[in-house]
Amino acid sequence: MLAGRASTSPSPHEPHTPPFKGGITYPDMLTNAIKIAWKVLLRHPFYTFITLFGISLTLTVLMVLTSFLDHLLAPHYPEHKRERMLYISRVALRDSARQSSRTGPVSFRFIDTYVKTLKTPEKVGLTTFFGFANSYVNGKRISLQTKFTDAIFWEVTDFEFLEGKPYNAQTIAQGHQVAVITDDLKRQYFEDETAPAVGKNIDVDNVRYRVIGVVRAAPVTRPTTAGDIYFPYTVPKSNYQSEGLSGSYVALILARTPADFGAIKAEFDGVVSRIPRPVLEGGNKYVVVETAASTYLESLLSNFFEAQATAIFFSVVGLFMLLFMALPAINLVNVNVSRIMERASEIGIRKAFGAPARTLVWQFVVENLFITFLGGAIALLLSGVIIWFINTSGWIARADLTINFAVFAFSVLVCVVFGLLSGVVPAFRMAKLPIAEALKSNG
Amino acid sequence: MLHLKNIEKVYRTSTIETLALNNINLAIKKGEFVSVMGPSGCGKSTLLNIMGLLDEPSEGSVELDGQPVASYRDRELARLRNQKIGFIFQSFHLIPDLSVLDNVEIPLLYRSQNGKPRSEYAREALEKVGLANRVKHFPRQLSGGQKQRVAIARAIVGNPELILADEPTGNLDSGMGNEIMNILETLNGGGATIVMVTHDEQMAKRTHRLIRLFDGTQVS
Repeated sequence: MLAGRASTSPSPHEPHTPPFKGGITYPDMLTNAIKIAWKVLLRHPFYTFITLFGISLTLTVLMVLTSFLDHLLAPHYPEHKRERMLYISRVALRDSARQSSRTGPVSFRFIDTYVKTLKTPEKVGLTTFFGFANSYVNGKRISLQTKFTDAIFWEVTDFEFLEGKPYNAQTIAQGHQVAVITDDLKRQYFEDETAPAVGKNIDVDNVRYRVIGVVRAAPVTRPTTAGDIYFPYTVPKSNYQSEGLSGSYVALILARTPADFGAIKAEFDGVVSRIPRPVLEGGNKYVVVETAASTYLESLLSNFFEAQATAIFFSVVGLFMLLFMALPAINLVNVNVSRIMERASEIGIRKAFGAPARTLVWQFVVENLFITFLGGAIALLLSGVIIWFINTSGWIARADLTINFAVFAFSVLVCVVFGLLSGVVPAFRMAKLPIAEALKSNG
Repeated sequence: MLHLKNIEKVYRTSTIETLALNNINLAIKKGEFVSVMGPSGCGKSTLLNIMGLLDEPSEGSVELDGQPVASYRDRELARLRNQKIGFIFQSFHLIPDLSVLDNVEIPLLYRSQNGKPRSEYAREALEKVGLANRVKHFPRQLSGGQKQRVAIARAIVGNPELILADEPTGNLDSGMGNEIMNILETLNGGGATIVMVTHDEQMAKRTHRLIRLFDGTQVS
């Protein structure tokens, strides 16, 4: 039976034969490969689950992790100038035998004498690291995180003032009992949160302060700026007059450009080397004074490691991420290689009808990219949900994690690496498969 | 159009050497309908694979349209298979994840062929084998005979000069086998050169010429 014989010639020699191209045109290749990839996914729910689970879980962890690192380390509110900033947050004092030591934040006097006098920075601000106080509203206690700062603190940071303004050098010099509070504290302390707080009084540890400004609160993960209430350093309990080099302050040095960091560090090192020894502190004599102007990351790491460990930190993080990425990639390669024989028949058919090996390699790579992008899309969705949950759960007070462009681009790059890693190896194996042998398998 | 000279095919493993084809000399003329017969394992499929450039001989040469293909690389061999040869397999070898239409379009995917005309040619080919109403079906939804007709449509969609059929009726009942044979005869009548491996004497009798193999050697 040959249907339509009368109307259409069965001759195979009609002149419609278009030239051989050796590859599928781009949209066709993409459509065809994606169509096949989709069918393969549906045909093997278990493989699909394992593959997508591996990719999306890894990418989700990576994205949330990078988002968290970005949140911790990158310039964000209210420290958008962090890339131009150096911090002096720690001084270590040791005796000559290095048997006795004292390590901690620096004193106000240290900053005033040795840091504020530096010539190379644009500005130097200061603040206390951590301080705590209590306040009471209708008999209910509110625990507050306090900060004592100078006026330049408000210039090297970029707090958003919702009301009022910061205190200036004159206010500080005159010892006015004023405070800048956060919007969170305003909500907790004042009954009518819609009414302006500026001009009202707030009692903290039985001392009355006049509110002169309200700022949008900073996340608790930014310890140099996060607080509930900010006081001029001249108000009581700031300990700004204490003697010695160690205290409770941190210096915030704003450079004109990051290129000035070297000069600032060198100048500061020179100043430190000229500090008269021995240093008398807490009844002990110290001859070694170790401190440095550090970037935010260096400063953060110096709390955990003795030496400057930025390079080690990034190496460890990089290695961890690489290993983390490698696991699902190896799994994918394994799954794909083991699945290749199942698709050997299809490969044989395509080769028999004119697919060059290179085209098939492309097809396989595109298929894998499709699967990894699908995993990436799931991961993006999951990451969004997790980040939203972290931001709204209150686990990290005022957290503002985001999937920013850098994180997203990184994830897309990871997807591409996955796709290539997991597609290229099986694709090359497949390309070498003899056609006759491939056709023998009845996939 | 197809010339095989002193073809020898040896399969080697680390311990065993098997001579699958020995000193085969064949010339297939344009427009011929040739059948190849012989007992199982005598080298019929190996011969067809070598004719179709799916496998390389260990010795000897294959000439297609007067051109020896031994020196051709993967891409050139792919071009020849795509433009000059159509395959029909005993077990159909349809891709289960693709629809009937998509399966038939496969040879055209590897040409400079846009989607719309490609689809039209595939529908035309399916019409020729009486399956125009099954374009959206998947292979699992078809009977054996229908699958083989899809395979024939795929083999002819690119207008190849040579059709190689490896036991095209082997998996079908006699009625369906006859239908497939009718289609092949019609294609041959239209000018296609066909080489068909078969176990069926009745089918072989309907071709122009019969080649018999025994233990890898041509006996008639």
